[in-house]
Formats: sequence, C-alpha cells, structure tokens
Amino acid sequence: MSGAKRPTGAELDYDVVIIGSGAGGGTVAYRLGPSIASGARVLVVEQGPRLDDHEFTGDELDMAPALYRDAGGFLTRQGTMSLALGQVYGGSTVVYTGTSLIAPERVIRDWDVPGLDHADLAARSRRYMEQNGVHLLPPEEINDNNSLFVQGCREAGYEVEQFPVNVRGCRGSSLCNLGCPNQAKQGTNRVQLPSAERHGVEVVTRAEALRLEDHAVVVRVHERPEGGKGRPSEWAPGEYTVRARMVVVAGGSIGSTALLLRSGMGRKLPRLGRNFTAHPAFILVAEHEREITNDVGHPKSFYVDRAAEDGWLLETCMYFPFVTAKNMAGFGREHSMLMRAFPRLQMILVLAADKAEPQNRITVDRRGQPVVHYDFTFPVVAAMVGATRAAARIFFAAGARGVHAPPADPPLIERSEAHRLERRIDARHFQPGRISVSAAHLMGGCAMGRDHRDSVTDAFGRVHRYPWVRVADSALFPDSVEINPYLTVMGLADRVADDVLEVLGAPSDVRCPPVIHGETR
Amino acid sequence: MATFPLEPVHDTFRAIATTVVPEAVALDRAGWERLEEIIAEALASRPERIHRQLRLFVRIVDWRARWRHRERFVDLDPLQRTRELERIERSRWLLLRRGLWGLRTLIFMGYYAQPAIQREIGYRARPEGWDAVRGAGR
Repeated sequence: MSGAKRPTGAELDYDVVIIGSGAGGGTVAYRLGPSIASGARVLVVEQGPRLDDHEFTGDELDMAPALYRDAGGFLTRQGTMSLALGQVYGGSTVVYTGTSLIAPERVIRDWDVPGLDHADLAARSRRYMEQNGVHLLPPEEINDNNSLFVQGCREAGYEVEQFPVNVRGCRGSSLCNLGCPNQAKQGTNRVQLPSAERHGVEVVTRAEALRLEDHAVVVRVHERPEGGKGRPSEWAPGEYTVRARMVVVAGGSIGSTALLLRSGMGRKLPRLGRNFTAHPAFILVAEHEREITNDVGHPKSFYVDRAAEDGWLLETCMYFPFVTAKNMAGFGREHSMLMRAFPRLQMILVLAADKAEPQNRITVDRRGQPVVHYDFTFPVVAAMVGATRAAARIFFAAGARGVHAPPADPPLIERSEAHRLERRIDARHFQPGRISVSAAHLMGGCAMGRDHRDSVTDAFGRVHRYPWVRVADSALFPDSVEINPYLTVMGLADRVADDVLEVLGAPSDVRCPPVIHGETR
Repeated sequence: MATFPLEPVHDTFRAIATTVVPEAVALDRAGWERLEEIIAEALASRPERIHRQLRLFVRIVDWRARWRHRERFVDLDPLQRTRELERIERSRWLLLRRGLWGLRTLIFMGYYAQPAIQREIGYRARPEGWDAVRGAGR
C-alpha cells in the first residue's frame, strides 16, 4: 500500500494508470510490477473498497452491498435483466466461482480479429491457470448437488464435464459468490494485485474514474461510508487529476465503455458501446425426496456445453435464500413450499450463448452513468427454453420429484408431467418482467477489430484514434465467449501488458512473460 | 436507520407482502420492523424516483382491486389477493409485470435475507464448509 495520504486536488504523474483491479486490471498491474524497478510509476484506480479477510462473512445482506454495484441489482434499461458487477479490490474475481476454462478455438476464429491468434491466447491463459492453482476438485469434495447433476446428465444422455477451479485450501463454504470467507479462491485480490503491490505498483481504492482527459484521468476518491465494510481509501477524499503516458481501462464491460463514452470518445469511435453480450441466465430448482448436500461444497463443479450446437450451457449452482427466492418465478404458497424445502433442493443455472445484436448496447445517461439496453432475441429465448427442457430432463433423471422452471406456467412441473416437458416449457411463457433473468458475464462495448469503422480497439486493446488509451477487460470481446470469461480476460490483458511494456521501453527481462510459480499472498 | 419509503402505503404493502410470502402473516412486530428495515436500507441509495414508482405501483394494485372488486386490496380474501397479483404478473403490460417483479424482489429480500428465516427454511451454509457438516455428523 502507498504511504501518506495524497492531498486533495493534487495533480499527480504516473507512467501508467490502470482503471479497475479485476481479471483485466489485476493482470496488467501484475505484469507491469517488475517495471517499477527500472523507474516506471504505475497506479491502479479501483472504485470499490479493499476488504480485510475477516470482513468476508458469507452473509447475503452483509456482503452484497460491499462487493457489487447496486448490491447486485443493476438493471437493464428495459428492467428485465439484472446484471452483477463486482466492485471491490479484485473486481469480479472476488465474486466468481473460480471456474477456469480456455476460450474455444471456434469462438476466437469467429471473432475474426486480425492479429488475435487462439494458440497465443490459450498459451497465456494456461500460464494464469498455473499461477492461480487451477485444478479439478477430488471426488470427496463434490457435493450431492453436483453429483446428482452428473448422474442426471449421464442418464439423460448429456455429455457432462468437470470445471477446473482456481482454489487453494477450499473448505467448501459454498459462498463463492459472496466472496470466499476462507480466501481460498485465487482471484486477482489474492494473487496478481498483492504481487504488483510488492513490486511497488500503487493501488487507490474507493476511487471513481470520472473521465479521461488528454493523457490524464480525473478521479474522485470517496469517503468510507459510516458502518460500511472495507478500509478507508489510501488517498484523502476529493478530486484528483492523474496524468499518465498511458491509461489502461479495465473497469469491466460496462464500466470501461461508460468511462470512454462520458469522456466524449464516442464522437470518434462510432462502435463504442456496441457488441454487448451477457450470457443471460436463470436458475432452475428441483426438489428431491431426501435432504442433499447443497449448501456445502464448491457450488459450481460441472457443466454441459451445448453452445456450439444449441446455443446454451448448463452449470451447477447453489445460491442463497434471497437470491434463490428472487430467481424463481411466481410467489405465494407454491413458491414458499419450495423455499421451505431448501435442504432438498438441487439447482442448475441455464445460460444462453447470445450473439452481438445492434439493439443490445451500452450508453450513458445525462449524468454519465451507464445504461444497458438488452432485448431478448428469438434465438436467445429459444436457447433458454431448450436449455430449460434439458435441465428438467436431467433433474428428473437424477430422481427429482418436481422441477421449478421459469418458462413454464405454472412453473412447478411434477414428476408425473415429465413426459410433457416440450409442452409445459414453452417460449410463450418466457415473459420478460415475469421471470427473473440475470447476467454476470458482461462482454463487449469496446470490441476489438480492424479500425474505428468496425471496432473500438485493435487486437492489443489499443483504442483507435487514442494512442494513449488501452482497454484490457471483457469489453474487448467482439461477441460472447460462450464460456465463463475470466481466463480469456486475463489472456487478453496479458497481451495488452506486453504492448504497454514495449511502449514504456521496459528492459527485455521485464518484457518477457514471467515465470509463474503459483504465487499467492 | 433509513426511512421506509412505502410508509404512506403501508397497509397495502403488508397485504401484498403476505400474499407474496404467506408465512409473513406469522411475523411479529419485530419481524415486520426487520423486514421493512432491510427494504429501507436497500432503497436508501436508490433515487427518490424509484421510491415514487414503488409507491405508485402499490397504489395501482389497490386501485385495480377497487375497480374489479369494489374493495380495497387489504379487504380482499387471500385467494382474491393472489388472483389479483397473478393477473398483474401475467399482464400484457411490461410496466405492470416489472412493478410486481420489483416489489416481490424487495419482499423476498426483506423476508429471506433474515438469518432467523434462513435457519428456519434449513439453509445451513457456513464459512467452515465441510468441517461444519462433518463435525455435526450431517
């Protein structure tokens, strides 16, 4: 951590300012760390707080406001999908489940970004898998919620795969999405940022990037709210102008895009805000006759990938009571009875591998705040309905006595109706505003491509027409990645770091990709 | 403590809440205060516009009841209340569906985020994870 508090209103100079500390910003900070020894000055600006280990309690009410923008309830303009945006030291890597997959070759090929090669991205992703301790959990750590999914998939004829996860010393709290209370998950808050800080990279938290000016970032540092979690900011509250040779924007798809938009860059970048995708998702819940282990153990250990064939994915999941209640359709007696069966519930997350559409985009309002426009297209609805039918088959094959499916009306499907899934689960019941759809894989807005006419950046995150600005997060994706995205973000950010180090004129030993030994703090 | 933004439509709000979560009828005074406190805290950082929209939506629920049944929503029996909310949930108007979705989300938060309720429904997640389960012989 930096030492004395900066005076309010100061003008400060750095070589590189990185905005955001998640998978993208944390990776760039990590790679730039060794350049400090040769005189570079690097600053990370993070809007969220820095939490101490003991502050991760796993309590829903306690953690959601501390870790997520709008406590996880950020809504699209249409009000029909809620978006989860991690806003904390470590960004969304604090609140994901640590599932670590390399982007499929066909997806990168379809992105068709000149200069972006799948083999290169995969090699970089593998380096971070090694650093983050990615591995398959042993059978004795798999809970019933996951085992039943595997059993159901095999009996229903779906190819099921195990997620590699980036945990060390996982105790199976099942609380990944509320920030691991045991610090087992190897997010940037545990691995890359502490390494960068040990090298001398400065991090300022509770610091909101208001706008970019020519070779500068205007930052507002906020007070620690009374009773709120996390340490006070490293700097005194107030507004700062931070000058930099280069600015790396890594505030996530929505944060990065909104920052560039409110800085007026949309005038020269007509594609800014476009190519937004989100993997829209909802939860399916099934009730078993007996209690199962569901709220203990890693929640997301297996998946079915039908993205290439049918446009959907199924993942195991287990959520907390409020999130579960909110995500089930309906209300009243049936809803309550299912909630009271919590120890007998199995859950599956349905995700659509959506495609970039002209109407789905990010804009800003008059105050410069992000506005996300998202319509559910026919292929997305068809994919989610198809995935729901598949999930219901899997639940019943695993022995469930009833399945709660949002695109069914009434949503509760009894076992005796298992032969009528095609009729019970239907696109006509996919009624936005009635069913809860959420998304945590937010992508696009500053898409990579050839030039300013078709994209915002090139394959190294260099923003067209703004040679001093880079983007290094999921905003770069020209289309959805069709898997959990953090490892792809790290791979792309690693490429951005290469380019930044070259511009800085860092010594060749610093510019080489680091040897990774599984660092952790 | 934040002010409960639905105070002006308090009776109708509670009638909606007990329709959304029937077990809420068993809440004592402290339970209701906690439910409303949770909602108030969640809404404290949201713009006043959102508070107004929520109050308006609750009034719309009441107006619809008066129009259809010639009675206030609070005076309907539980089945009638459920039917009323189901009609809104399936309305052709997105704004109405969204209004109910938003209100039910807040009610679920106020109810199911309470640790006592979580224990009551059998939610057992602990930071100690497997150690807690094996220690308890579960």
